[in-house]
Amino acid sequence: MTNLIDIKGVRHAYQTDSGPLPVLDGLEIAVPEGGFVAVVGPSGCGKSTLTRLIAGLMKPDEGEVWLHGERVKGPRSTVGMAFQNPVLLEWRTILKNVLLPLEIVPSKLSKKQAEERARFLLSLVGLEGFEDKRPSELSGGMRQRASLCRALIHQPDVLILDEPFGALDAFTREDLWQTMHRVKEREPFTGVLITHDLRESIFLADQVVVLSGRPARTQYVLDIPSSGPRTLDDLYTPAAAEQLNILRHQIQIAQGRASAGETAT
Amino acid sequence: MNKHLRAIAVPLIAIAILLAFWEWLVWFNGWPKFKMAAPSDLIPAYQRHWNLFISMGWQTLWRTVLGLLLAVLFGTVLGMIMGFSRTMRDALYPILVGFNAIPKATVVPIVALMFVGQHDFNTVLLAFMISFFPIAVSVSIGLSTLEPEYRDILRSLGASQATIFWKIALPKTLPEFFGALKVAVTLAFIGTNLMEIVSPHGRGLGALFDSGRTNSDFPLMFAVLLALAFLGIVLYYIVVALEKIFAGWAERAPG
Repeated sequence: MTNLIDIKGVRHAYQTDSGPLPVLDGLEIAVPEGGFVAVVGPSGCGKSTLTRLIAGLMKPDEGEVWLHGERVKGPRSTVGMAFQNPVLLEWRTILKNVLLPLEIVPSKLSKKQAEERARFLLSLVGLEGFEDKRPSELSGGMRQRASLCRALIHQPDVLILDEPFGALDAFTREDLWQTMHRVKEREPFTGVLITHDLRESIFLADQVVVLSGRPARTQYVLDIPSSGPRTLDDLYTPAAAEQLNILRHQIQIAQGRASAGETAT
Repeated sequence: MNKHLRAIAVPLIAIAILLAFWEWLVWFNGWPKFKMAAPSDLIPAYQRHWNLFISMGWQTLWRTVLGLLLAVLFGTVLGMIMGFSRTMRDALYPILVGFNAIPKATVVPIVALMFVGQHDFNTVLLAFMISFFPIAVSVSIGLSTLEPEYRDILRSLGASQATIFWKIALPKTLPEFFGALKVAVTLAFIGTNLMEIVSPHGRGLGALFDSGRTNSDFPLMFAVLLALAFLGIVLYYIVVALEKIFAGWAERAPG
């Protein structure tokens, strides 16, 4: 079976004044269709570069990025993106913000169908009744929900989430995690989530990839087995504690604060 | 009180208080007219020269507005060039700053000599020259400080640069643009009047001011200043109204 996302031996360096700065070095990530992979790693290890590569916003120096059995050479409309900054357009209503991608991507939906879909997505994330509000009238968590709807409106194959919940308070964040599960159930997608939050990674993803420090390579892959829908309570089970422990240890290795030989404590 | 009534009444009352204070100041100090004319002295000046005020005011107004429109066009294009290209920004900024630092009063005789007798053209040119700078700077800053995520949202869907400009960069720059336009409005009046006052056989309120000076008609001079202030206020509020229409979203609800 071919994977929906295949990242093979990707190397990339940024050109800076003091010479090339390698950020990615031999990155390997594979996500099957419908899979949800979380990417964690030390700060500045090139996680955001990874999202830009998958989105086709830049090309790697070496290696290949494949989506749907096609090599990524430029931006493609089958990708949806959401960032830490919700980047909603202040001069548009929430509904018009969500509809923005359909003004770029050719769509089979009529104007009325598109609007119905936008309303459906907004109700799915709990923003019913806010369609005609401006972004400035919404809280941070609500804006992020709207941004999520915008990323999904054109039914992308791949959803790229670059620390979308990073700037939210802990309660709002947990709320949004649950929203994500609800959304994925109704609107299946293949997801890549960049995050700093290990609990978030094991709650949302079915595979967690730990990147090494810069230049980043795939250091460790942890599968998160799942039986049925997850609840927040699952985060407080011995299994979850064990997973978190492994990941924390791997991050320490990535930061150079522990050696691979040591056992996790 | 009614909200609209209040919006008009408060500034009008403030103006009335200011005029009353001015009147009192002149009366209290016993200043002669050649030192400072009181508001009550201006009424006869307006009555005597009413036709002149209308025709000269119109001259000043249309030349200022035309200069301003040219400044908006040129300033926006220049701002776009500098906003999108770092090289152009590095190349043009020092030149622009240098140009802007030249006192425009010194440019007046040069322009007047360069285009002798073309009074309308010269006046519009000066209004334009003095007012395009803030517009160019604000547009270029607005465009160059656009967060990369805004671009990425559309670019990742395959949108062209032009689409990104129309859908995101341009509307996002509008609040800064209107801020600069408010500054440019008052600057443009300065440009127009400099030319009208300095160039011989000029027209417009500046020329009327000059004739008041040569005839030692001091109330007329003050009357012209007041008329200029009036035109400035009108034009400024037209810009404010346009801003409400096109960039009203940038205004936060109070509280």
